[in-house]
Amino acid sequence: MIRFDSVTKRYPDGTVAVDDLELVAASGQITVLVGPSGCGKTTSLRMVNRMIEPTSGTIWLDDEDTASMATHELRRRIGYVIQHAGLFPHKTIVDNVATVPFLLGTDKKRARSTAMELLERVGLPAHFAKRYPAQLSGGQQQRVGVARALAADPPVMLMDEPFSAVDPVVREQLQDEFLRLQQDLGKTIVFVTHDIDEAVKLGDQVAVLRVGGHLAQVATPAELLSRPVDAFVAGFVGRDRGYRALGFATAGTLSTRSEPTVATGAPLPTGSDDDWLLAVDGARAPQGWLDMRASAPAGATVTDGLLHRGGTLVTQGGSLRAALDACLSSPSGRGVVVDEGGALVGTITAAEVLELIEAREPEPRT
Amino acid sequence: MATGGGDVIGDVVTWLTDPSHWTDTRFDTGIITQLLAHVRFCAMALLIALAIALPLGLFIGHTDRGRWLVAAANALRALPTVGVLVLLTVIISPQFQGRTDTGFLIPTVIVLVLLAVPPILANTFAGVQNVDPGVRDAASGMGMTGSQVLFRVELPISLPLIFSGVRSAALQLIATATVASYLPLGGLGRFIYDGLAQQDYPQMIGGGVLVAALALLTDLVLATVQRYVVSRGITGRYANERTAVPDSRLAVLPEAEVARG
Amino acid sequence: MTVLAADGASSSPLHFVEYFLDHRSEDLGLLWSHTWLSVVPVIVGLLIALPLGWVARRHRWTYPPIMSITGVLYTIPSIALFVLVPPILGLDTLDPLQVPIALTVYSVALLVRVVADGLASVPDETVQAATALGFRPLERFFKVELPIAVPVIAAGLRVAVVSNVSIVAVAGTIGLSNLGQLFTQGFQLSTPDAYYPPIVLGIVLCVLLAVVLDSLVVLLNRLLTPWRRAVAT
Repeated sequence: MIRFDSVTKRYPDGTVAVDDLELVAASGQITVLVGPSGCGKTTSLRMVNRMIEPTSGTIWLDDEDTASMATHELRRRIGYVIQHAGLFPHKTIVDNVATVPFLLGTDKKRARSTAMELLERVGLPAHFAKRYPAQLSGGQQQRVGVARALAADPPVMLMDEPFSAVDPVVREQLQDEFLRLQQDLGKTIVFVTHDIDEAVKLGDQVAVLRVGGHLAQVATPAELLSRPVDAFVAGFVGRDRGYRALGFATAGTLSTRSEPTVATGAPLPTGSDDDWLLAVDGARAPQGWLDMRASAPAGATVTDGLLHRGGTLVTQGGSLRAALDACLSSPSGRGVVVDEGGALVGTITAAEVLELIEAREPEPRT
Repeated sequence: MATGGGDVIGDVVTWLTDPSHWTDTRFDTGIITQLLAHVRFCAMALLIALAIALPLGLFIGHTDRGRWLVAAANALRALPTVGVLVLLTVIISPQFQGRTDTGFLIPTVIVLVLLAVPPILANTFAGVQNVDPGVRDAASGMGMTGSQVLFRVELPISLPLIFSGVRSAALQLIATATVASYLPLGGLGRFIYDGLAQQDYPQMIGGGVLVAALALLTDLVLATVQRYVVSRGITGRYANERTAVPDSRLAVLPEAEVARG
Repeated sequence: MTVLAADGASSSPLHFVEYFLDHRSEDLGLLWSHTWLSVVPVIVGLLIALPLGWVARRHRWTYPPIMSITGVLYTIPSIALFVLVPPILGLDTLDPLQVPIALTVYSVALLVRVVADGLASVPDETVQAATALGFRPLERFFKVELPIAVPVIAAGLRVAVVSNVSIVAVAGTIGLSNLGQLFTQGFQLSTPDAYYPPIVLGIVLCVLLAVVLDSLVVLLNRLLTPWRRAVAT
């Protein structure tokens, strides 16, 4: 657990970066600090490992006052991941990961073999171990950055915009893998981002800060989206927060209707009642929609080229947001529901999802 | 006087290949002895300059205090080397009457050190300053102490710039040590100044060839050292993938196979 | 020697001004030839380095050979280059052109890399935008790439002129007429007792010359890059 106890950072020129911050980052959870630039989120994070010293107040690491420890010893107990990874260009990937164990005097061979396990864990193939950072893409470097922070198995991790310098597709991948990793590891994590979507996706708890270092609201992502405490938070979490909040509402077991299908590779069926026919593969995983109105040469088979792939899928038990999106993005208007294994369960319409949304229990007011 | 270029080159080759010019005789000091003297001045000055400039550059770069020293050292470059050499000689050599060599050696080495300090200092400082702030932040954020950040991160990353400073200093030393023979001192410049005085142009040009050869060889040696000292991660000369994969060093990492599965 | 020893007051290092006034026309001549030798080779060197640097930048395969040849030339000590130039070019030994030619070779060696690096400092987007706007290659070079490369080239020119002032003095020791001769005179007059004025005068004039030439390059750079001042303020 990390506890900010009336922590203030004031610079000699009088600017207040963090103003009387009271915040608890619970053990085993991800606490996200989010806010516009100049809100003091990075300063708050960097005060935890004393890269920046607080002007007043105390930061507690469990029940130890961080100010009472030698800085380098404190920092070796805390994993630290930064925006561009900050890998050491002159060290191989495996030695980058083993940095803190080396500092702690761990036997080199053992430190390297732990590092190899971590590389695997963050999804990097073992033959990357002997490469140098410059040979890796930005996303790969960031994975190494995460592995390096985990190397000494610190209970606490500080992450300063770790995924903001990579492209959106890679960012999403890294976020998903990070959440999976955290499920296994259960670290106490403080995570800084300026991206509210990332905050809502990753945080168990989200702290919104406003310029001048004031804490505006601390809440779970769902609560933050449904009940922003003031106009600033409401503006910051964004316009479509009602829609995004559906991401935290599970749909329960969706009652689906069965959907006629055609197997890919099969002869193109003729004369269907419906304009759209769902194509599935051998494992009944949905592949896309076949437009029955389009004329096709006789004797043609169902091939990839004929399929509309625009629709998203919702997993049975997924969120209302995913269910609604599956309906809205499907060319047939019917959202495709799959099971955990990705096989087709059935379809559902937007009207049915809206009914579920309407039927939700009203938010408890306090 | 107007000799054809071809003849002069032939005469220079003759001068250089004459074995009697290489070894000492009763009347003349040979090439080998003068070469060693030349190398000795330069090595002495380079070591002293390194001892001064390297720690200073690392300190200024790491702490970002005393930048003015770098600027001051750079201003030294405007001093005319020969002038300072003559001035120091005139001041210092009378103190060593009788032991003439020392009286000339000290000003020579001082001038050479003055010459070698600015490039080493400036490049070391720039090397440390140019380390990616993110890398420095990560290093101390992971719990490295100040000296660990300096020696494990900043210094190795600065090496290419430090080396280019040292190489440039070494070249200037070899060039300028020649001028030491303007004083009654040994070194390869002896052939140039003696050849000039005696109008023995093959000797003079042969001396020039020797100085050029020494400079090229020294740069080659330093470049080779640099190749082995600077991390491949910085130079970008990565091991060839095809040779790297069956590399036996990878065999100590059995996890390699696990990760592939 | 007794004459000089008796003239004790004027041998003080601080009497270089009197020395200058006593030998004014001679010293001004030395200063003038020193200036000429310091400046002309750099200008000629730059004129040769510009197309070479442009070629090295435009045709990437020429970069390594051009850089290694100029690198080797730059490695050769100045005094060695002075004595090597006449036989290689078939000139008389001690031809008046030997020093300017050697210094030009030196300046080219230094400036080719500087020009290529300077052109490399021009952002790719800028070059592409200029091409898209319809600049022809040569037009683009003179109107877009070269102006943007000026600060880097100017930094190289500063190094070239300042080191030239010192190297020209070296040439004075092998008999050429420039400020280096003041050192030779002072050295010869200093037996048995130190006679400082010509030595100090030579150092002072060399430093002044270096500072003036350096400032001129800085000034030129500022005049040629008004947009940089606009950013700075």
